[in-house]
Amino acid sequence: MIAQLTSSERQTALLLCAATMALGLVMLIAGLDNPFGIHGALVMACAFAVMLVVIAGYFAPEPSPTRLRQYYDDPSKVGVVLAMAWVVFGLFVGDWVAWLLVYPDLTFDAGWASFGRIRPVHTTSVIFGFGGNALIATSFYVVQRTCSARLADQVSPWFVLLGYNLFCLVAITGYMMGVTQSKEYAEPEWYADIWLVIVWVTYFVLYMRTLARRREPHIYVANWYYLAFILVVAVLHIVNGLAVPVSFGEARSYSAFSGVQDAMVQWWYGHNAVAFFLTSGFLGMLYYFLPKRAGRPIFSYRLSIISFWGITFFYMWAGSHHLHYTALPQWVQTLGMTFSLMLLVPSWASAGNALATLNGAWNKVRDDATLRFMMVAAVYYGITTFEGSFMAIRPVNSLSHYTDWTIGHVHAGALGWVAMISFGSIYAMVPWLWRSQAMYSARLVEVHFWLAVAGTIIYVMAMWNSGVVQGLMWRTYNESNTLAFSFLDSMVAMRPYYIARAVGGLLFLIGAAVGSYNIWKTLQMAAQSRYRTQADQPEAELDGAAAALPGE
Amino acid sequence: MAVEERDPHSGYMTTGHVWNGIKELNTPVPRVVYAFLIATFLFAVVYWVLMPAWPIGVTFTKGLLGIDQRTTVAEKLDEAARARSTWETRIATQDYAAIQADPQLMVRVRQTGHRLFADNCAACHGANAQGGPGFPNLTTTSWMWGGTPQQIAETIRVGINATHDQTRIAQMPAFGRDQMLPREEIAAVVTYVRSLSEPNVARTAPPGQLAAGKEVFAANCVACHGEAATGNIDVGAPNLTDRFWTFGGDLQSVFTTVWGGRQGHMPAWEPRLSPVDRKILTLYLLDLRTEVP
Amino acid sequence: MVRRPRCRGNSIVFGFHYRLERKSIWFVVAIVFVASIGGLVEIAPLFTIDQTVEKAPDMRVYTPLELAGRDIYTREGCYACHSQMIRTLRDEVERYGPYSLAVESQYDHPMLWGSKRTGPDLARIGGKYSDEWHVAHLDNPRHVVAKSIMPAYGWLKRTPLRTEDLGRRLRAQRKVGVPYTDAMIAQAAADALAQTEPDSPGAEGLLQRYGEATQVRAFDGIPGTLTEMDALVAYLQILGRLTDLAHQVEAGTRQ
Ligand code: HEC
Ligand code: HEC
Ligand code: HEC
Ligand code: HEM
Ligand code: HEM
Ligand SMILES: [Ca+2]
Ligand SMILES: [Ca+2]
Ligand SMILES: [Cu+2]
Repeated sequence: MIAQLTSSERQTALLLCAATMALGLVMLIAGLDNPFGIHGALVMACAFAVMLVVIAGYFAPEPSPTRLRQYYDDPSKVGVVLAMAWVVFGLFVGDWVAWLLVYPDLTFDAGWASFGRIRPVHTTSVIFGFGGNALIATSFYVVQRTCSARLADQVSPWFVLLGYNLFCLVAITGYMMGVTQSKEYAEPEWYADIWLVIVWVTYFVLYMRTLARRREPHIYVANWYYLAFILVVAVLHIVNGLAVPVSFGEARSYSAFSGVQDAMVQWWYGHNAVAFFLTSGFLGMLYYFLPKRAGRPIFSYRLSIISFWGITFFYMWAGSHHLHYTALPQWVQTLGMTFSLMLLVPSWASAGNALATLNGAWNKVRDDATLRFMMVAAVYYGITTFEGSFMAIRPVNSLSHYTDWTIGHVHAGALGWVAMISFGSIYAMVPWLWRSQAMYSARLVEVHFWLAVAGTIIYVMAMWNSGVVQGLMWRTYNESNTLAFSFLDSMVAMRPYYIARAVGGLLFLIGAAVGSYNIWKTLQMAAQSRYRTQADQPEAELDGAAAALPGE
Repeated sequence: MAVEERDPHSGYMTTGHVWNGIKELNTPVPRVVYAFLIATFLFAVVYWVLMPAWPIGVTFTKGLLGIDQRTTVAEKLDEAARARSTWETRIATQDYAAIQADPQLMVRVRQTGHRLFADNCAACHGANAQGGPGFPNLTTTSWMWGGTPQQIAETIRVGINATHDQTRIAQMPAFGRDQMLPREEIAAVVTYVRSLSEPNVARTAPPGQLAAGKEVFAANCVACHGEAATGNIDVGAPNLTDRFWTFGGDLQSVFTTVWGGRQGHMPAWEPRLSPVDRKILTLYLLDLRTEVP
Repeated sequence: MVRRPRCRGNSIVFGFHYRLERKSIWFVVAIVFVASIGGLVEIAPLFTIDQTVEKAPDMRVYTPLELAGRDIYTREGCYACHSQMIRTLRDEVERYGPYSLAVESQYDHPMLWGSKRTGPDLARIGGKYSDEWHVAHLDNPRHVVAKSIMPAYGWLKRTPLRTEDLGRRLRAQRKVGVPYTDAMIAQAAADALAQTEPDSPGAEGLLQRYGEATQVRAFDGIPGTLTEMDALVAYLQILGRLTDLAHQVEAGTRQ
């Protein structure tokens, strides 16, 4: 990997590692008596580990200049491996969290293991660890293919990928030590937030520079989505993260906003984290891997335009549907609800566009589990967005809010859509990346597919049931016109569903483990064989001079 | 580039662009997409006109219906209160005996009391009101503060050692910690107290222990717990001759009680529950009570 | 290589887009523009429309001990299971008490409204139970609520509360808009201890700064030591009691 870098790039890499280590050292010294210092040590250790890798490869011979005529896939390869590592970890924690609601004493009297601390470990690991790595890996892969251009830089892709993973690591270790801003999906504290901004800006610049090198004058739809994902997440993250630290040497900070404004900012962020992280980016993935795998053209270019701008515009208004009937003024709730309804149209347009693209390739869907992953993902995307728009209707939300119904909706999206499209894309991409003819075992892909589908259905059904039961129990009145059930009655009634959910989650986790094994074997196989696929060679010869393009 | 071709399967033209082999069809947007866009938009417009919706500077459009969630819920609550008033006023005005004699009203009490108790009281007194360490069993006839409906209702209203300004105050002194009694005497009185309800203890106690304990008791405890140790509802001192213990009846627990004293806290419910709700709870408790000696 | 693009779309929109998607910079500008509108329209007016946050003259700030407790509440992730927002719905008001007002979380940086009720709402938990109960419950919920699925927080009783940073915490809170005075900041650590020592000279100063109604008790039941349990229970006992406005509003709007 280092062999791909020129010696001056290797020096840059070393310098970056050294700078990061220095940063870690400053943190360590400033925060000796609290988790901030521990995080300093962690940053140092990680930077040092990367430095060792660079040093180990430092004296490798200079790479041949012909490498610039090929795609730069090493970061994508590492990204895929990291994504699979995060997903197994994140799902494991998720299932643990699920069992905690059945056996609450699985915490061993240890702070770090209690529900409130590891629940965000689960959400961060799967959304940011797994989802984020999958997005970075595929975006690098896709942008090069759809631009017929190599990534614009050698070192910054590594900075983006590894810097991002450092962020995730700081985040989850932080929660276990009790370091959190308590903002859902934005829990990491101020210093991690700042670090992410740096990483993200690098990502954006790299992406734009690569786009600038493209051969085809038009930017492909997948890149619109990836761009929206990168840009909007940056805006959301910066605004929602505004906070004043207690001091430089301490982890704790206080949000710049309070009360009702903070709630609105938080859910403007939270909802659009769903929109631009969990939707936009993954639609980018869908738009590349699905037509590629199916060998079909996109059903409608114009529908793509409608859905892209519809999603980009409408989503940003919908955040207040997380605050129905609360102390948030009702006018904002009205806007949130109505825009959520309009949002359904572009959402279903994307799902429909994807499914219609499969017309003419349904026989492949039947035979090929990888493509089936993507097909099911598009279906779940349709289900989840329909459900979301439905839940955004105020009276419906009066029942669903605060209940497991939300959790059911989340995981229909998370398992059915986010995870399935990622697995499908990864199964498609791995053989192409490693130049192997196919996955190690198509049967294991099939096994993974069915485990994933079964797990998702069990999980989601259990939570839909429990959510509706819970919501109804909270508001059921007896003939006397007084509340029929106590909170504890509802809590006790949840137990069978919680068990079912945890079992469904276990199936899903086993599926992901099978997938990781399959990928691992594929890498081993690829290392030994000399197969090359034809499907994925650059269309034209690439060269560094591809930058000056017509229309750019 | 940009060579358009006809897709043999769908019959539509491609846009002519190719990205690493991916092409796009120039299929027109299906009508239904526009139709739904317009439909949802029209719905939104109607909704905006009727409901509070758009901000304008320092205010916002209030909507033609003049609806606000806060007035809506206040109306709903009033409406519910009116619906309940048919039976609630009877509970509020009739005396306890009359209510208890009225099976219809007792159905209301049981339905409503269950939820009220479970959401407010069960945390301490347990789901079945049978108490737990430090929290008394409410299904017995042995009341520290008296078992008449009025007395129970008053306990619920003002609480015990609570923040209410009329709260009942109960304090079991810390005879050991505050060095009012030496350890041996406490041991003796503990044995004596336990013997009152457990014949076993009386039989197996070392000779002289019981007599010594009785002496200590007479000198220190009767003031509150009474001559016969049957308690005093004026100071909330419990009956020590029955088999109900708030803080545990085993040797160790009783010793801890006498050594370190006790002062249980029962919140006052006047600030939180309406008079009717409290009356329902009182009736509910009386209803739960099983006749045990 | 340079070739004039032909406008593909037969409508203005698609034609415009056909050109837009050739310019990455303009595409970026368009995304940022289109995506900014919603947030601006919904968030900015919350700062300008006066009636968004009610006026509550009796609203007080958290004492240092309560603030420390609040930080423990966030640290342990209690908000993952407990909401602090009673919605304007009949069943919620009947179960939990008057619906929450915006002003009640005016000093909450960040707010802890929550999004999931695995456990009950806590917006009005203050004063509902005794300190002893909270201590027993947090130590192990199943000691008092047999079927509870809430985690046990045994370490809170065992862990001494860190107070030396409380002054800095108050100062940071002031920077984001909470009206802490210099005296409050200077006395923060001492005030935290004083709040668990009734009738001490320190408690007097505390009452002066935060109001007579401030609850001063050994919250964890052990006088003389300051533990995280003290702080968390002090926080739970103030929830819903920083201002009385919600009760007044309820009394005012209902017949
Ligand atoms: C925070 C815990 C707690 C809650 C909640 C609670 N109680 Fe109690 N309750 C106690 C304690 C402790 C005592 C005993 C006080 C003592 O030790 O003197 C008590 C005593 C009582 C008594 C007096 C028993 C007697 O022997 O005289 C009654 C009646 C009672 N509670 C009813 C209720 C009702 C009704 C509710 C709910 C509305 C309720 N309690 C909620 C803790 C609680
Ligand atoms: C000042 C009045 C007072 C005196 C004197 C007093 N007690 Fe008590 N005792 C109480 C009160 C009040 C309670 C209930 C405390 C509570 O529930 O919080 C109580 C409770 C108890 C209990 C616990 C009962 C249970 O259900 O767990 C025991 C045992 C007991 N007393 C024994 C004694 C003995 C033995 C003495 C004398 C050495 C004594 N008391 C003297 C007031 C007194
Ligand atoms: C796994 C979810 C979970 C977490 C995390 C959790 N709780 Fe709970 N909590 C519950 C459940 C379920 C109940 C209801 C059963 C009970 O009373 O134990 C509850 C009840 C409570 C109650 C009593 C509420 C009432 O009105 O009866 C309080 C107070 C409370 N929790 C505080 C906390 C605090 C403080 C934390 C964090 C340190 C916390 N909880 C963390 C699930 C949780
Ligand atoms: C093995 C599979 C999984 C299991 C068992 C699982 C379990 C859980 C549990 C128990 C919770 C907490 C729910 C609660 O508080 O009641 C949760 C929350 C969450 N999980 Fe998962 N999860 C799994 C997979 C995933 C995946 C793959 C994703 C995302 C890609 C995901 C995203 C989330 C999110 C976003 C939440 C927070 C929901 C909210 O706050 O409303 N989960 N999960
Ligand atoms: C049209 C699209 C969608 C709409 C209108 C929508 C709407 C909603 C609504 C109304 C809620 C419940 C809020 C509450 O009551 O607290 C919710 C929660 C959530 N949705 Fe969606 N949803 C959509 C699509 C998706 C998708 C595709 C995902 C992908 C995973 C997703 C993930 C989530 C998550 C994670 C939450 C939980 C937020 C929390 O922590 O409370 N949503 N959504
Ligand atoms: Ca953050
Ligand atoms: Ca949530
Ligand atoms: Cu949302």
